[in-house]
Amino acid sequence: MIIEWLKTQWHFSAVLTAVVAGVILGLVAYASLFERKIAAWCQDRHGPNRVGFFGLFGWRLWGLGQPIADGLKFFVKEDIVPAKVDKPLYVAAPAICLIVATMGFAVIPWGGVVDLDGDGQWDVRCQVASLDIGLLYLLGLGAMGVYGVVLGGWASNNKYSLYGALRGTAQLLSYEIPIGLAILVAVLMAGSVRLEEIILAQVGEGNCWYAVKHPIAFLLLWAAMFAETNRMPFDLPEAEQELVSGYLTEYSSMKFSMFFMAEYTHMIVGTAFLAVLFLGGWHLPFIPWLQPESTSIFAMLCKMAVMIGKVVFFMWLYMLVRWTLPRFRFDQLMRLAWQKMVPAGIGLAGVAAIVVYIRGSEMSLWREVALCWAGNVAVVVVAVLVSLLARQRGDRVTGRQGNLPAVPAAGSGA
Amino acid sequence: MKDEDVLNVDDLQPPLNTAERFYLPILYEGMVTTVRHMFGMWGAGKRVTVQYPEQKRSLRVENYRGVHRLNKEWYRGEDGTRQERVACVACFMCATACPAHCIHIVADESPWDDREKYPVRFDIDELRCIYCGMCEEACPVDAIELTAEFDLVGLSREEMIFDKEKLLEMYDRTKDIKPRKDPKITGYPTTADRLATAPAADAQAPEE
Repeated sequence: MIIEWLKTQWHFSAVLTAVVAGVILGLVAYASLFERKIAAWCQDRHGPNRVGFFGLFGWRLWGLGQPIADGLKFFVKEDIVPAKVDKPLYVAAPAICLIVATMGFAVIPWGGVVDLDGDGQWDVRCQVASLDIGLLYLLGLGAMGVYGVVLGGWASNNKYSLYGALRGTAQLLSYEIPIGLAILVAVLMAGSVRLEEIILAQVGEGNCWYAVKHPIAFLLLWAAMFAETNRMPFDLPEAEQELVSGYLTEYSSMKFSMFFMAEYTHMIVGTAFLAVLFLGGWHLPFIPWLQPESTSIFAMLCKMAVMIGKVVFFMWLYMLVRWTLPRFRFDQLMRLAWQKMVPAGIGLAGVAAIVVYIRGSEMSLWREVALCWAGNVAVVVVAVLVSLLARQRGDRVTGRQGNLPAVPAAGSGA
Repeated sequence: MKDEDVLNVDDLQPPLNTAERFYLPILYEGMVTTVRHMFGMWGAGKRVTVQYPEQKRSLRVENYRGVHRLNKEWYRGEDGTRQERVACVACFMCATACPAHCIHIVADESPWDDREKYPVRFDIDELRCIYCGMCEEACPVDAIELTAEFDLVGLSREEMIFDKEKLLEMYDRTKDIKPRKDPKITGYPTTADRLATAPAADAQAPEE
């Protein structure tokens, strides 16, 4: 009965929306606890471990009630709207941020196709919306994410907020390019911008994950994702030491919390995106339920679990990197994007194009992987040569830019 | 300022080598360190945090500056029995020394022969106090002392103004972990002296 009802994609999508929204919001809430726990462990501390559930039997449950307490705190805190802010934009900014971040989940393929009634034919896709342009949709949303930041910074009527917003814009626009180029690699290889087709091109007989074929493009996308989500080491828009809290400075209570949730949601979407493009989405090799051929409901649940597992693993990496790398300086950030990532991305896209051209339709997997790796090695060799050349010219990576005149000493009669 | 005095900090650090310019080797190195800390491979899983209400660090009782107490001392009464009284002689030295002006004393004529005054009221505003220990330094008879008690809470400001009774009670609470020093000071007898003079009906020496 309910199976029959669910066999309509529209009905299934509605149910999936509710489930995914619940799971993701829970994940977002627990991401903050996860973040604090990992921060603590990396620093040899315990982290939040006091809040249990309503004092249940006096158990503390490793602080698992902390997100609930945090949420409650944010809701009942005083919501300060400073005088002279641009009120409509000030209120709209966090909402835009959160809505745009959350919309990304609509096209993430969580569990392939599902055969609900067991007749051997698949009935629905485990995906809220199967768009032909799924990848472009995600890219567009990623670019829109900066609107919340910019509007929040502008409306706050605070110079630090504005600086943060400007930095955020410049950073996001710069890193869109390496992201686009890395995505181009996956798109060229798969020949589609449909996310589920990109997954299918990576799984099954004679295929492998694009992270294996194009490890450098994978690393490039992964690194650029940090900048896209304003995470350490690229969290310049909210650099505490320089900008108080950047565009978050004037926000309090639930509005601040919404920015916060948007950041974590953004991270989850970003990692899911990464998993789909380069790590085969819901696929793990050698496990029968995680192959595209198995379409039972159990297989769907397994696939969703694997997808969320990959997301959690990359969230963990995000947090580890946060406690490993210091923040980049802004010129270093820009140089990394424009002088390193963009040329590397162009090279890799070129490699992918050549591979696609050469392989035709009947190249074996091993030869294709070898071809891809040869291209990757070529890109690395060129990069090393350029780097050596630059070093010979005396360009310094950590220091002042080599082509700028030396700063005149104060009082030296200039 | 001369040119050679200007120090460009960029020149102090060595330039990155070719591998470091790609960031990934140093990122890997750093991640190894972070992960080892996370799983407690360094520091051997020992988290350094003290889980406060359950675990407490051992206090340096002798020199910790926490809540005040007013010491009590033994003396031999008219009838020859051992009695206890406040050691303070209401000289106002502590109130004068106090930089936060948190000590308020009302003195009256002492009922005992060996001193002129005693405090009828002795109030310390524990919220105003900065726990500097100057009162302790100033006291000529070592009557006021700071204890190692630090977990001081109250529901109102009034509650946090400690009067003579509370301060004496604080002595009873802390005398076991920090006994009164009771030194011999010019003009004032020690407890042993005070117990020795006067009829010996009860010749039991005090525990301290």
